[in-house]
Amino acid sequence: MRIALFATCLGDTLFPEAVKSTAVLLARLGHDVVFPPQQTCCGQMHVNTGYQREPVPLVSNFAEQFGDPSIEAVVMPSGSCAGSVRHQHELVAARYGDAALRAGVAAVKTKTYELSEFLVDVLDVTDVGAYFPHRVTYHPTCHSLRMLRVGEKPLRLLRAVEAIDLVELPEADACCGFGGTFAVKNAGTSSAMLRDKMDHIAGTGAEVCTAGDSSCLMHIGGGLSRIKSGTRTLHLAQILAATRTAPHVLTEAAR
Amino acid sequence: MSTATGPSARGTFLGMPAVPPRSPYGTGHLRGERTFPRAAHDELGNEQLRRNLGKATHSIRAKRLDVTGELPDWEALRDAGSAIKTDTMNRLPELLEELERKVTEHGGTVHWARDGIEANEIVTRLVRRTGSDEVLKVKSMATQEIGLNEHLESQGITALETDLAELIVQLADDRPSHILVPAIHRNRDEIREIFLRQIPGVDPALAATPAELAAAARAYLREKFMTAKVAVSGANFGIAETGTLSVVESEGNGRMCLTLPETLITVMGIEKVLPRFQDLEVFLQLLPRSSTGERMNPYTSLWTGVTPGDGPQDFHLVLLDNGRTAALADTIGREALNCIRCSACLNVCPVYERTGGHAYGSTYPGPIGAVLTPQLAGMHAAKDDPNSSLPYASSLCGACFDACPVKIDIPSLLVELRHQHTEQSGTTAEKLAMKAAATVMKQPKLFTAAQRAAGLGRVVAGRSGTFSHLPPPFRGWSDSRDTPAPPKQSFRSWFASADGAAAMRAAAQDGARHTDDDSQEAQ
Ligand code: SF4
Repeated sequence: MRIALFATCLGDTLFPEAVKSTAVLLARLGHDVVFPPQQTCCGQMHVNTGYQREPVPLVSNFAEQFGDPSIEAVVMPSGSCAGSVRHQHELVAARYGDAALRAGVAAVKTKTYELSEFLVDVLDVTDVGAYFPHRVTYHPTCHSLRMLRVGEKPLRLLRAVEAIDLVELPEADACCGFGGTFAVKNAGTSSAMLRDKMDHIAGTGAEVCTAGDSSCLMHIGGGLSRIKSGTRTLHLAQILAATRTAPHVLTEAAR
Repeated sequence: MSTATGPSARGTFLGMPAVPPRSPYGTGHLRGERTFPRAAHDELGNEQLRRNLGKATHSIRAKRLDVTGELPDWEALRDAGSAIKTDTMNRLPELLEELERKVTEHGGTVHWARDGIEANEIVTRLVRRTGSDEVLKVKSMATQEIGLNEHLESQGITALETDLAELIVQLADDRPSHILVPAIHRNRDEIREIFLRQIPGVDPALAATPAELAAAARAYLREKFMTAKVAVSGANFGIAETGTLSVVESEGNGRMCLTLPETLITVMGIEKVLPRFQDLEVFLQLLPRSSTGERMNPYTSLWTGVTPGDGPQDFHLVLLDNGRTAALADTIGREALNCIRCSACLNVCPVYERTGGHAYGSTYPGPIGAVLTPQLAGMHAAKDDPNSSLPYASSLCGACFDACPVKIDIPSLLVELRHQHTEQSGTTAEKLAMKAAATVMKQPKLFTAAQRAAGLGRVVAGRSGTFSHLPPPFRGWSDSRDTPAPPKQSFRSWFASADGAAAMRAAAQDGARHTDDDSQEAQ
């Protein structure tokens, strides 16, 4: 299948390892992965902060870059960006776009997927041949959970990973407190939410907390780093991309 | 004509083209004094409050999940509730007129109040007419919203709350912090102390158990129930078809007030009307399960006008607008009027759980409050209006939407209100930054250059590779989180590099090898 990878602006700039893992994983599963080089950002931060006029060029650029009919699927390692493309682009286009933009947005929307739903729903695989001998806990990010309804999909993928010790996260579905600019505008409340999330993570004794969104992981990871917790964060794609022949550096370090 | 009654001179603005009025500035309780982040900051420092709230919301949450989970048609009920409410809002003017007709037919009197000021005046006038200087109150959000108790007090009339939790709040000279459980921020020991301090003649050996505390309150109220001449209530529902009003409660104190006094005055927000009597079937299932996690609330009172010789012989219904028509006129805002005030969204909200209700500065706290308050009272009535901070008091996690029995898409409404706010507030530093970010990001060349510049941040970050202090406005963020410095190479430059190409080739070959192995195994 010809898959266009959307790196997301955050993944591209700050968390390239998560995007590399996504690319490598899809290639390993036998797909033709392309990266439209003119892509930038989905505009989610703008819309969520209250700006719908400003991201029009971003929405239109997205529709243009991924509108190519030879692209069968647009896959991204982010539940919230997939949610934005599926639910917010229409909103922006309806309010400030022309007919062409509305049509473009509608066409791209139907082939846009977050990584775990693409693997499970479209490719119909749960065992991706991964190997990750560590204790891992999974945090379902709010937008994956409630906007995309990915449900058990990421957990099914994780359960199929060889040698993994997957432990349940208490109160997993509680928000970590990130919420984009919420963490800046309401930093105190956000910190209180983060603290509880970190306590729950610590309780699992996991080496790694994983999720399908680099943004939430940046938040949780930033908190864990500040309190010098032994637990680190890794994107789901990084676990799924690790194999016996090409193990994750975490595994190599443990050897 | 402001307090005129009857259909010919009503004070609502239904059907009129002019922009309908919001709740007037400076009246009632639809605006706090500080912005949400400031108010939240203080509340966050109160450990006791957080423990009380955490405990209470978690237990109601679990109960709610149990009793909604056991209904096979719960989702269908939610759809039905949502559909009835949407239909109601679409024909609100006609339904309200029908309600007025039916109430009048059954011996009641209907008054129309454009806003809180008018409603307060109407109620005061009606109470004065009875010759009483004391009213019993049935728990009511509408009268909270308009500050009726305070107004009555300024007119020399004492209002006594009879709902246990409202009474606690009133005795403590506090403000409610929850729609349904106004004293949720207090624990039993605190309540015991309030009673010992405020209720004359309370047994000093009073135990801090729910049963004993309720009994103490009941004893205090009993005498009032027997002697009071007039009661003021709110309404959960008003049925247009029959003119029936309804109050749903769990202690029975409300029923005492609704039946014993000679005069009953009900103040009802105009959005509480329902078309048919049969619609109660849906809402009497949705409401208790969503609010207290009970299959049925203990007391549901229904009354239709006046029944000669039984119950109050003088019944008045005050229909309150106070910004509701303004919300109705907004295609987006009207969805918020579907709210049945069950408080399920408060109980699941991670922000409410940490800050409590007072941080929202309004009678309506929590997720729905963050939507409803700015719609009823506006976001720009004052400079730096605290209400304009409410739409941002959410991480948009969506738990409220999942919990709402009438499926109000609160996160989307919040995003819309944020949009309205930024559109109305002119040019700000934030808006300029957002514009600048969009300008950079729409041009891949600029974006790539910015990524490279960001990569230089590594030098600043030093050997740890993280930033632990950031300048404003990110200072709050960096108080408790490290921020990674951008790595040397962005994804796009890796993908375009020889390394990237080699890695992708190797992955494809690795995959092909495994596929071959698999097919050989299968043979
Ligand atoms: S918005 Fe929904 S969940 Fe919240 S109080 Fe209203 S009806 Fe209940």
